[in-house]
Amino acid sequence: MIAMVQYTQNKEDLAQQKAKKFNLWLGMIGMFMMFAALSSGFIVYTAGGVDKGIKTLLPHAFIYSTLLIILSSVTMQLAYIAAKKTQFARQKLLLVATLILGFGFFAIQVYAWGVLSSRGVVFVNNNASQSFIYVFTGMHLAHILAGIIVLVRALVGRISGVNQVSNVFRMDLAALFWHFLGILWIYIYVFLLLNQ
Amino acid sequence: MSNIASADTHSLDHHDGHGHHHESFWTKYVFSQDHKMIAKQFLITGIIMAVFAMVLSILFRLQLAWPDKSFPILELFLGSKWAEGGRINPEFFLALVTIHGTIMVFFVLTAGLSGTFSNLLIPYQLGARDMASPFMNMLSYWFFFAACVVMISSFFVESGPASAGWTIYPPLSAVPKAISGSGLGMTLWLTSMVMFIISQVLGGTNYISTILNMRTKGMDLWKMPLTIWAFFLTAIVGLLSFPVLVSAVVLLIFDRSFGTSFYLSDLVIQGQILPNEGGSPILFQHLFWFLGHPEVYIVLMPALGLTSEVISTNSRKPIFGYHAMVYSLVGITVLSFIVWGHHMFVTGMNPFLGGVFMITTLIIAVPSAVKSFNYLATLWRGNIRFTPAMLFAIGMVSFFISGGLTGLYVGNSALDINLHDTYFVVAHFHLVMGSASIFGMLCGVYHWYPKMFGRMMDEKLGYLHFWLTFVGAYFVFFPMHFMGIDGVPRRYYAFTEFPFMEKWVSVNIFITWSAIIAGLGQLAFLWNFFTSMRFGKVAPQNPWGSNTLEWTTPVKHIHGNWPGEIPTVYRWPYDYSKPGHDEDFIPQTVPFSETMSSNLPHDFEGNPEAERIQREWELANKPLPEKETE
Repeated sequence: MIAMVQYTQNKEDLAQQKAKKFNLWLGMIGMFMMFAALSSGFIVYTAGGVDKGIKTLLPHAFIYSTLLIILSSVTMQLAYIAAKKTQFARQKLLLVATLILGFGFFAIQVYAWGVLSSRGVVFVNNNASQSFIYVFTGMHLAHILAGIIVLVRALVGRISGVNQVSNVFRMDLAALFWHFLGILWIYIYVFLLLNQ
Repeated sequence: MSNIASADTHSLDHHDGHGHHHESFWTKYVFSQDHKMIAKQFLITGIIMAVFAMVLSILFRLQLAWPDKSFPILELFLGSKWAEGGRINPEFFLALVTIHGTIMVFFVLTAGLSGTFSNLLIPYQLGARDMASPFMNMLSYWFFFAACVVMISSFFVESGPASAGWTIYPPLSAVPKAISGSGLGMTLWLTSMVMFIISQVLGGTNYISTILNMRTKGMDLWKMPLTIWAFFLTAIVGLLSFPVLVSAVVLLIFDRSFGTSFYLSDLVIQGQILPNEGGSPILFQHLFWFLGHPEVYIVLMPALGLTSEVISTNSRKPIFGYHAMVYSLVGITVLSFIVWGHHMFVTGMNPFLGGVFMITTLIIAVPSAVKSFNYLATLWRGNIRFTPAMLFAIGMVSFFISGGLTGLYVGNSALDINLHDTYFVVAHFHLVMGSASIFGMLCGVYHWYPKMFGRMMDEKLGYLHFWLTFVGAYFVFFPMHFMGIDGVPRRYYAFTEFPFMEKWVSVNIFITWSAIIAGLGQLAFLWNFFTSMRFGKVAPQNPWGSNTLEWTTPVKHIHGNWPGEIPTVYRWPYDYSKPGHDEDFIPQTVPFSETMSSNLPHDFEGNPEAERIQREWELANKPLPEKETE
């Protein structure tokens, strides 16, 4: 009888985990809609006149940051695999590596802003197509910050030794979100490249 | 091995005996993660905001009816800054209409309606212990609460609340120097709205995820009550459209506070040329209405869902055209995203594009008409019980039709040139979106009050409330159609000062008196709502003879909703007055094997085994008289 009750309760817990992961998917759809709105805003604005448009080449720094974020996705995936195989030391190491790469990405993006503004492509600009570059990258960085919080939470969970079910679940969500942020950046980068 | 053990302990502390959790006052009533408590929090906050916004509307109605008269009492309450000499000043008038619209659309009819009933009914009607993420659900309420506080706090700042209309079009909203309301008040408005959107997205993802993942055994999508379908599609619309408003608002914030030029161009204020160049205010309108139009369906669809349920229950008849009801909701959901341009016909839009938006807009009449006819067909020859909830549901159908019809006029790009920004539009959306949705919400409150508070509301006060509100709403909004056709513009402070509109003073007085009386009618509701919590008749478990799952839970709320196992669902929720059954309702939890005398061939969805058993039973129990006639 008790086993039976536990069995049904486990099933309810599993359903709840599945639902929470689904929440993340929905959240990512919401976030994507925000960037879709910015993209369509950019297109409508830029079509408004010949004097509009990015009118500059994107800094090379973006190439490096793209490489960095792809690499961080790889380390994140490896950390997730390590967590599933209960290789906890490896998991911690790879998580820390992902975090460092994440901060590196952040720093390069900010450096790229410096490059842009030294060319006169500043945020406060009467050609708002150029302001849009900052909005896209800035909003993405805000999401990267959220991603870093999620990573730290997974790391803290590992260090404080939450049970393995929660550990793998946290890692699963963190990996999914981190990959999403990488793909989102690639979308933004390609979108801007096509319009530069 | 350790894996399994840890999973077990986890589930044990998680569900350690439903019902006797150690809860302090704070975790039970304030930072509650229980969907039932969160629903009540949303409802009561929504009611407070509704009363606040209603008082604002009475204030600006006073100004419209008696533009030359002074009301010293106003100066007493509002101070000499906003009501000098007892007359509402023009800037405050604009703030009143702006905040009235904002609160009613977002805080009452979006959060108050969806927040309350999605939270209450999704776990209850689907047979779930709680939402997918109770923590996110709690966050959703507290972001909403913070948004309310910030919005109301804008009345207490020096420069007054936002005044650029609830649509906050730039450049008026983007240039702090333009009007006093575009100063700090506008900043607070934007802050509040960002928190509000976070709240909606958190709540909405939870609703969708719970509906798709946490239905009890047997509850397939086509056995869900229409309420759930409506909440589901509403949440999808919200999830896809609210983030767009975030983008629009973020760009507006940059324009306001950082000096960018997304929306601003060629502006001269008080003889000074602003530095902003090259922006496009129309861009804001596109982004705003990409949310703004779906938003009106976010407001309306939960009302459609609630009333479908209540009308079917109280007609003691299955809902007419269940599948058609669902598909029409789906149709409205899809169409709601491709009609936003009909708000912008007069912005210099390409007439061809205007034509496209006009056609998509008019197509919405099809699913809307399907719903209206299905409501009427459900009522037709039903065994109707006129409970207060039922009256409000029928009232919703009435407003949905009378307000929806004028949508054909304002949705027409040629006619809209005349009607745009007149009282005709005000009449249209107050009937079809405002009154219809608030009636849906009140219908839900009366119907599910026993579930929320374990007691019944007083019926007599309910009837009084219904008739005052129903007649009042028509008296207020119906005359506005004629004003609009005559060209009276909305949002004007004292339009009756213009000679050609002078004649509307008498109508304005009539409308204001109607509004005051309907407003006083709400006291009947408030009294009823708050005293019944304590002194109402104790509710039975299933007071309305309903089929849905929430009425199988105990009257006293427990954590996890059902003691013991969650019930299994065997049938759709609308088996009312089924021929051959001894009662006029069969709850969803009753298997077909217990209702052999009323089963119909299509109940078995082509399951040959079940059909065979049913045939054998029918042969064995063939009524005797039939044999004699052979």
